[in-house]
Amino acid sequence: MTQITSEIGTKTFEPLAARGAPTQHIGPLNWLRKNLFKGWLNSLTSLVLIGVLLWVLPVMINWLFLDAVFRGNGEVCRQSAGACWPFIYEKIPVLMVGVYPQELIWRPAVAGVALLALVYLTFSDRIRGFVLIGAWLALPLFALVMIGGAFGMTEVNQSLWGGLMLSILLALVGVIVSIPLGVMLALGRFYGSPLVKALCIGFIELIRGVPLITILFMVSVMMPLFLPPEMIINNLMRIQIGMIFFSAAYMAEVIRGGLQAIPKGQTEASLALGVSPNHTILFVIVPQALRHVLPPLIGRCIALFKDTSLVIIVGLLDFLGMIKGAALDPDWLGFQTEAYFFAAFVYWLICYSLSRYGRALENRGPNGAKR
Amino acid sequence: MSSIPKIKSKSLSGQVLWAVFAQGAVLVVVLSAAYFLFQNTQANLDAKGIKSGFAFLGHEAGLPIGDSLIEYDPTKSYGYAFLVGILNTLMVSALAIILSTILGILVGVARVSSNWLLARLAAIYVETLRNIPLLLTLIFTYIIIIGSLPHPRDAISLFDGYFLSNRGIYIPKPIAEDGFGIFIIAAIVASVLAISFGVWARQYKRRTGRLVPGIWGGLAIFTVLTGLAFLATGNPVGSETPEFRGFNFSGGLGLKPEFVALLTGLVLYTAAYIGENVRSGIESVHAGQIEAANALGVPSGVVTRLVMLPQALRVTIPATTNDYASLVKNSSLAVAIGFPDMVSVGGTIIGQNGQAIEIIAMWMAVYLTINMLISFGMNLLNSRVQIVER
Repeated sequence: MTQITSEIGTKTFEPLAARGAPTQHIGPLNWLRKNLFKGWLNSLTSLVLIGVLLWVLPVMINWLFLDAVFRGNGEVCRQSAGACWPFIYEKIPVLMVGVYPQELIWRPAVAGVALLALVYLTFSDRIRGFVLIGAWLALPLFALVMIGGAFGMTEVNQSLWGGLMLSILLALVGVIVSIPLGVMLALGRFYGSPLVKALCIGFIELIRGVPLITILFMVSVMMPLFLPPEMIINNLMRIQIGMIFFSAAYMAEVIRGGLQAIPKGQTEASLALGVSPNHTILFVIVPQALRHVLPPLIGRCIALFKDTSLVIIVGLLDFLGMIKGAALDPDWLGFQTEAYFFAAFVYWLICYSLSRYGRALENRGPNGAKR
Repeated sequence: MSSIPKIKSKSLSGQVLWAVFAQGAVLVVVLSAAYFLFQNTQANLDAKGIKSGFAFLGHEAGLPIGDSLIEYDPTKSYGYAFLVGILNTLMVSALAIILSTILGILVGVARVSSNWLLARLAAIYVETLRNIPLLLTLIFTYIIIIGSLPHPRDAISLFDGYFLSNRGIYIPKPIAEDGFGIFIIAAIVASVLAISFGVWARQYKRRTGRLVPGIWGGLAIFTVLTGLAFLATGNPVGSETPEFRGFNFSGGLGLKPEFVALLTGLVLYTAAYIGENVRSGIESVHAGQIEAANALGVPSGVVTRLVMLPQALRVTIPATTNDYASLVKNSSLAVAIGFPDMVSVGGTIIGQNGQAIEIIAMWMAVYLTINMLISFGMNLLNSRVQIVER
């Protein structure tokens, strides 16, 4: 007991009883209490959600795995309540390469393996810098040579290209061409003389203002009207050009954001060192700007890959087009749910991995967590 | 705009001359390219016997349109058919914007919920929908979900008069009966009174600092007055219940499966994006702001409304503007499932008479106009929530 004496009087200081040890905040029960059952509203939400999950998940799991048929033909499948996976196995070649000649299928397969290898090397960070960029630039050329045939290989007409191969090719070529084009448009909009600036703004805003379908209609219906009759560009090429223009306008806006984010001091320092204005833009500003906007650029790549599915509207048979065709096969009628489920899974897998990669880059990049 | 300052050369006039020359060269290249394209187009159109110009809009269309807001039959003109398409695009976009905003806010709030399960499920929803092409989502909704509903004969009936079948959704149609006009006038008067009460409440709060529940009071005034008018005019809204006859429902308000699928697909897809905007908006509000408001004893509802929301909106609104614009453009995917929107109708017209240039120009004009209107409206909203820098 401590006696405290002051002008008012004397008081005795009595300490409160010591608090008990804090309750344990670890363990599964505590985790449940903290994350699922904190307060009555929270608990009610959790209970409702658990109820819904207990109702939906068994149905899904039964359909996907337990009741599913993994071997057999259409007849076997029809007798079962679950999904019919033999349908997908049988259709895999068509889904991957479309009506590409059977005996030459090894050629797109080689290109596909090269793509997977490069994806592995990129994701695992084995190659970097110019080697990385060079490899990605070379890959579409290699793939086009392998798929289309050149240097003495049998040529395969472009009307026979299809399936996932076509989707990836459209997206890959689209991304690789539209990024430089986007950089040029962004530079034109940012630094160009009034006329160039006006043209760039006009192009970017016009394309961004209309849906991709109208652009695809334009290249597939209107472009032949614009060109002299002797200049024939096939449908695939025209649609590829349309996708490139569309993507370039969006890339340009992303890159412009990067250009705006570069502090003025960079330009001034570079000019003060006697670097010419053109070299300043090319070697000081653009690399920094691109680095800055890498995550949204990857977002645009994902968007472009998703957008390739629209080409079925103008008559190309890409992955989704082949899925649609497979669902109508008379031998396998009634399994369209499986077909679309598989399509959704493939698109999801590719886009989700890309977005994970983008997020990893973001954390690794100049503004990332590892600063 | 920052621009590279020009380095002063000794002969400035030479540099100016060079710049003028470069621009002139660009102009010549652009103009000659345009001339080249124009010449080719003329020659090609002549060769195909297509007459350019918008005269075809007055011709009889002869194309059937399944869904129309205004009265339409195939004897109407192409221009009228295109207008039907525009109205369909506008209707589906407007509905989808409203519904996806509601769902998006729910998803975004669920994403940051302290309930682990809810947050996880919302994250799964967002990551699934964002990583699958919208076209696939639309086809999936159209073929799998709506296609697996029962035939109209065995339609699912959730409430009396509401039917769910693979031919679409049928709901009772409200019908104006005697006294409906008086009721509408009464409702307008009630809403004017309610709004003026709200305005007065706000001014009163500013003047005296006393809180008057303006919004709730206004709602109460509106509800009570319209309710009274409804009773006084003797229930002027009847309903026409859909009935199953022959092969399909007749009567009532029918929503075609294409429309339902398009709306559902657009809403599910866009809500995932709006949910992310809402989440990043909420997460952008510094935790200290909320803690400070709580420490000052501000009630939690007021903290949400007056501290968190205004700051979160600053991040959410610009991103959502882009999503609304994309939604309108994405509604053009209607063509893939056969809903007669502007692109679908226009595509049919191109197929019939080959007037591709005119139709594509009309598409572009309409989409550009809609996009400009959206960004204008959203910029107005945005300028109200952004920080005013002094």
